[in-house]
Amino acid sequence: MNYPEKQTAITGIGQSKISRGADKSALGLSIDAAMQAIADAGLKRSDIDGMATWPGDRSDGSGFSDVGIPALQDALRIEVNWYSNCSETAGQFGAIFNAIGAISAGLARHVLIFRTMYEATARKTAFANALNVPGQRVRGGFQWYAPYHTYAASTQQALYFARYVHESGIKPEQVARIALNGRRNAGLNPAAVYRTPITMDDYFASPIISTPLRLFDCDVPIDGSTAIILSHIDAARDLPNPVTRIEAVGSNMRYRNSWTQLDALATQGQPKVAEMMWNRTDLTPGDVDVAELYDGFSYHTINWLENFGFCKRFEAGDFIGDGSRIALEGELPINTNGGALSAGRMHAYGQVHEACTQLWGRGDARQVKGDPRVAALSTAGGPLAGCFLLARE
Amino acid sequence: MSVPRPLPVTDRDSAAYWTGGANGQLLIERCNGCAYLIHPPTGFCPVCESRDTAPHAVSGRASIISCTVNHKQWMPDLPVPYVLALVALDEQADVLLATNIVDCAPETVFIGMKVQVRFEQNEDLWVPLFAPVESGK
Repeated sequence: MNYPEKQTAITGIGQSKISRGADKSALGLSIDAAMQAIADAGLKRSDIDGMATWPGDRSDGSGFSDVGIPALQDALRIEVNWYSNCSETAGQFGAIFNAIGAISAGLARHVLIFRTMYEATARKTAFANALNVPGQRVRGGFQWYAPYHTYAASTQQALYFARYVHESGIKPEQVARIALNGRRNAGLNPAAVYRTPITMDDYFASPIISTPLRLFDCDVPIDGSTAIILSHIDAARDLPNPVTRIEAVGSNMRYRNSWTQLDALATQGQPKVAEMMWNRTDLTPGDVDVAELYDGFSYHTINWLENFGFCKRFEAGDFIGDGSRIALEGELPINTNGGALSAGRMHAYGQVHEACTQLWGRGDARQVKGDPRVAALSTAGGPLAGCFLLARE
Repeated sequence: MSVPRPLPVTDRDSAAYWTGGANGQLLIERCNGCAYLIHPPTGFCPVCESRDTAPHAVSGRASIISCTVNHKQWMPDLPVPYVLALVALDEQADVLLATNIVDCAPETVFIGMKVQVRFEQNEDLWVPLFAPVESGK
């Protein structure tokens, strides 16, 4: 089937320095990532005719999203035919999915997509971490959670994780392998924020945040920006990087999208988006060479292993086993740059950057052997979910 | 010491839920046409499309479908550990309520535990909390 996403390709990637405290502004980091991505695609600023981001400028002091499209457009003096931010989409990949639509509609040919986070700096001030502030009234959907002292995503996500553990019987030492695998890979990635190896003992010594979540199950707030260029595939053929198309996307909302009323607590929103993605391609899970699976929390990755069909429902623990299968040299290498747990929270855009790095053979010490051609990517947890496949021609 | 609960800005749909505790009632919106319980309340029944809905006092009995013991002290004076849970109403399993489980030791709370509502007044609102059935009433 000739779905429109197959007519789009990632043609360039860029990333600022990722750190636990930047020496420049969030906008400065965004400019670094954007200019690097444009150059990597073999393009000039004047070639960019579309822009997209997730979720857009919030400037709420949290560092979650301080840079929107107008600020970056003005800094770079880019003239575009189409632009869009969007927070109510299929997770953080919504910006990419929207750009596919714009390119398919002929509104743009080269879209600059970026995601900037400035949380490391923001969290040096009190309460920047809090979803809810004591004494402050809460509007909208979070009113159903906020009165119960849910100050961070981890307290909510721990409920999904606990239900998953209850239904699957996964063992803590199997969960730990996600963090250990990420850190091992991060040791081979000079850009990762945490590179010192950790052991199983280190994992079990890390503090419990909210049962069953430990500190090492949680990703790392950083300052940094990632940018990609999504182009029409006809244009991609004339550019320097190997033609790498979006093979299929999963972007639906065929479930109750609510932090409290989610239909399937243990599996979250992911099964339906993965099902949609596989229905739009002839590829199967066995064709995937490398998987960059969202790891805002380690069990998100565990969920995605099942929901992508790499293993059966509630059998991810045994699939992970001693970690060798998901290691760089294993049959399904995952989170090859260290993932968000060790490379830093780039909110799934780190995964996109790394997937291209691997498919383009730029992984250096962490390069997956065997000329990988197909990558699976996923984002988000809880009611948010999105995924896609990248395929190099 | 403790930290005040962040309270909701109630609206036309949600006010009953947050104030029913004044009369000791857990009020969940119900369709007058087909008796489906609608939560969060919207004024629209997704089963029969009726707009004829009203707050309905349920038993306040529920089962824990997931729970977590939060150990992280997110801010000074926040007493830890405490239990955050999702509970399913006895009357209708697809009505899930986030809540704290109180009046018991956190480590004794488990998935499947039967719980009963109680209310804690905070300013002008009554926040529904749940406790093990055995421990009260």
